[in-house]
Amino acid sequence: MEKLLNIKNLQVTVADKEAEDTSKEILKGIDLQVNKGEIHVVLGPNGSGKSTLMNAIMGHPKYEIAGGSLEFEGEDLTELKTFERARKGIFLSFQTPEEIPGITVENMIRTAKQAVTGENIKVVKFRKELKAAMKELQMDESYAQRYMNVGFSGGEKKRNEILQMLMLQPKLALLDETDSGLDVDAIQIVSNGVKKFHNEDNACLIITHNTRILKQLNVDKVHVLMQGKIVAEGGPELIEKIDKEGFGFLQGAE
Amino acid sequence: MAQEKTYIEDIERTLYDIKNVDKSKYKSQSGLTEDIIRDISARKNDPDWMLEFRLKSLEVYNQLSLPNWGPDLSELNMDEIVTYVQPDAKMTGSWDEVPEDIKETFDRLGIPEAEQTSLAGVGAQYDSEVVYHSIQEDLVKQGVIYTDMETALHEHEEIVRDHFMKLVPPKDHKFAALHGAVWSGGSFVYVPEGVHVEIPLQSYFRLNAAGAGQFEHTLIIVEKNASLHFIEGCSAPKYNVTNLHAGCVELFVNDGARLRYSTIENWSRNMMNLNTKRAVVGKDGVIEWVSGSFGSHVSMLYPCSVLKGENAKCEFTGVTFASKGQNLDTGASVIHCAPHTSANISTRTISKAGGKATYRSAVKVTKNAPYAKCSVNCESLMLDDISRSDTLPTMDIEGDEADIGHEATIGRISDEAIFYLMSRGVSEDEARSMIVRGFVEPIAKELPLEYAVEMNNLVNIELEGTMG
Repeated sequence: MEKLLNIKNLQVTVADKEAEDTSKEILKGIDLQVNKGEIHVVLGPNGSGKSTLMNAIMGHPKYEIAGGSLEFEGEDLTELKTFERARKGIFLSFQTPEEIPGITVENMIRTAKQAVTGENIKVVKFRKELKAAMKELQMDESYAQRYMNVGFSGGEKKRNEILQMLMLQPKLALLDETDSGLDVDAIQIVSNGVKKFHNEDNACLIITHNTRILKQLNVDKVHVLMQGKIVAEGGPELIEKIDKEGFGFLQGAE
Repeated sequence: MAQEKTYIEDIERTLYDIKNVDKSKYKSQSGLTEDIIRDISARKNDPDWMLEFRLKSLEVYNQLSLPNWGPDLSELNMDEIVTYVQPDAKMTGSWDEVPEDIKETFDRLGIPEAEQTSLAGVGAQYDSEVVYHSIQEDLVKQGVIYTDMETALHEHEEIVRDHFMKLVPPKDHKFAALHGAVWSGGSFVYVPEGVHVEIPLQSYFRLNAAGAGQFEHTLIIVEKNASLHFIEGCSAPKYNVTNLHAGCVELFVNDGARLRYSTIENWSRNMMNLNTKRAVVGKDGVIEWVSGSFGSHVSMLYPCSVLKGENAKCEFTGVTFASKGQNLDTGASVIHCAPHTSANISTRTISKAGGKATYRSAVKVTKNAPYAKCSVNCESLMLDDISRSDTLPTMDIEGDEADIGHEATIGRISDEAIFYLMSRGVSEDEARSMIVRGFVEPIAKELPLEYAVEMNNLVNIELEGTMG
């Protein structure tokens, strides 16, 4: 199978100048490989480094790679800026999506699509696609003309993230707790969106606390992250076990 | 990680900075004396009452002191300001008759072109006098008057006399008094009852002479149930001496009438812009202000709406952009004088490169204005650490059941927002540009088209990469 994401012994520290201890290591040597066509899930308690992993893959300036390697389609990502990584085909669905006043959802996605494809996107065709994708996610059409996430409820913001994912068609989608704060119906819709997106040519890396979103998806691999390290790996059966027993049984693995 | 700083370009000023050789026909002496006022008045062939008005205003001017708040005005020396500069041109209705150098100036500013494509009438003032005026024939037939103030003073003397500086009396403040003494040029618009002027009228004010002042007077009367969109633009080339602009705008919006007054001010950075604008609105009437302040060294500008009739409304939309060496003190004020009057004030200010932008608003609800409604929303964006933004709202509520809301935010471009946009493939400089454009978008969409283009230049962003 074709390798998309290849992470080896990745160590990440906080580069935030305002942070008290700049040398604080959050990820302490992560190994993770994601192939095309796969769905991976990262589970772990709060503060275990799950979001840091996502942000490090996307190139958030707050985090610094202190060691190890991070490759996408065989290419070193560490020297690439965030937008260059996006143009390579990586997408991050944010846990807390930003509000961007004055930029409509339609303009945002069209600008993004032009940026990632390098092509001039024709308005009429684009609108048609956008409308269809919004319908899929049960978003009211009027949201296309609203400013990015401004005044959106938590659930609407998450749907807007999935909308962008569907429209941009990345090769690797990082979903950072896209299901948090959603009610049962919304989880269903988001889950359907991910299902629709996923195919043999792309992959998903999903962080979640709530295993409900995973019910309809064929998860290939589960990684459990605790205190910056992967302490257990397995198939979907691991999800059920953690669902029932929590992370307690893994404490000894550290 | 390499530190990058974003450089947001100033408005491209080359176009405005082209200066013509000063070929004025007559210039008053610099300074302000009774003799100078008498001289200006005689040259303008004022009626006696106007000469008296000017002299009284001069008296008031001499009695009043400079405002003890706001930007420092001490560098303004009235003894050095030439208050009246008569261009060597007669007012005409044909661009062909406008002297070549003056016509070229307005050509560059796109005025004759806009006249043909999107305006129903145009006035063009050069230094102290209006050199060109036109209005579409069908509007004339409907009784619409659009002319320069001097012509109005002679041909419609009664109307002018009844309204001139009644809304902004000379004793209002020192620069209103100054205006009363030396005013020259400006626009007069009269829209009769029930007439809707569908296409905008536009006046453009150009100050070419160095060390001069421009004191144009705008008087607009929109009668019952009539409507009008009036646009004003102003600019000047840069000199190393101080120029002064102390215009006065008086807008009379009668019962059921609607007036949209859009203005874009792009003075050069040696200009002291001390302008006074006021509107009075009758029952069910609406005043809409769209105000862009981009230029000048120092500005003090706070358009005021007096909501006099029941249910009168004010919509104020403003944007101010202060860059290096600029201190722009702008805002709006509303006086609610009748029941159920309402106002909506929305402003955006941007400061960069050490510029200072202050938003000042005053909302007054008198005891005669129960159920008044007013919402103020002002947002400021500082693009670096050396620029300043301040918000100074005041409210004085005497009426019962008033519904007053105020929201103010002062912020910087957030790194998280940049990261979010970059994660969508947008480059860092484009991300910043998008955020600034988005910030001013609610205002930009209200601007007349040609000025919206200018606004886009404002957020033309360049990224300067430096290793840090």
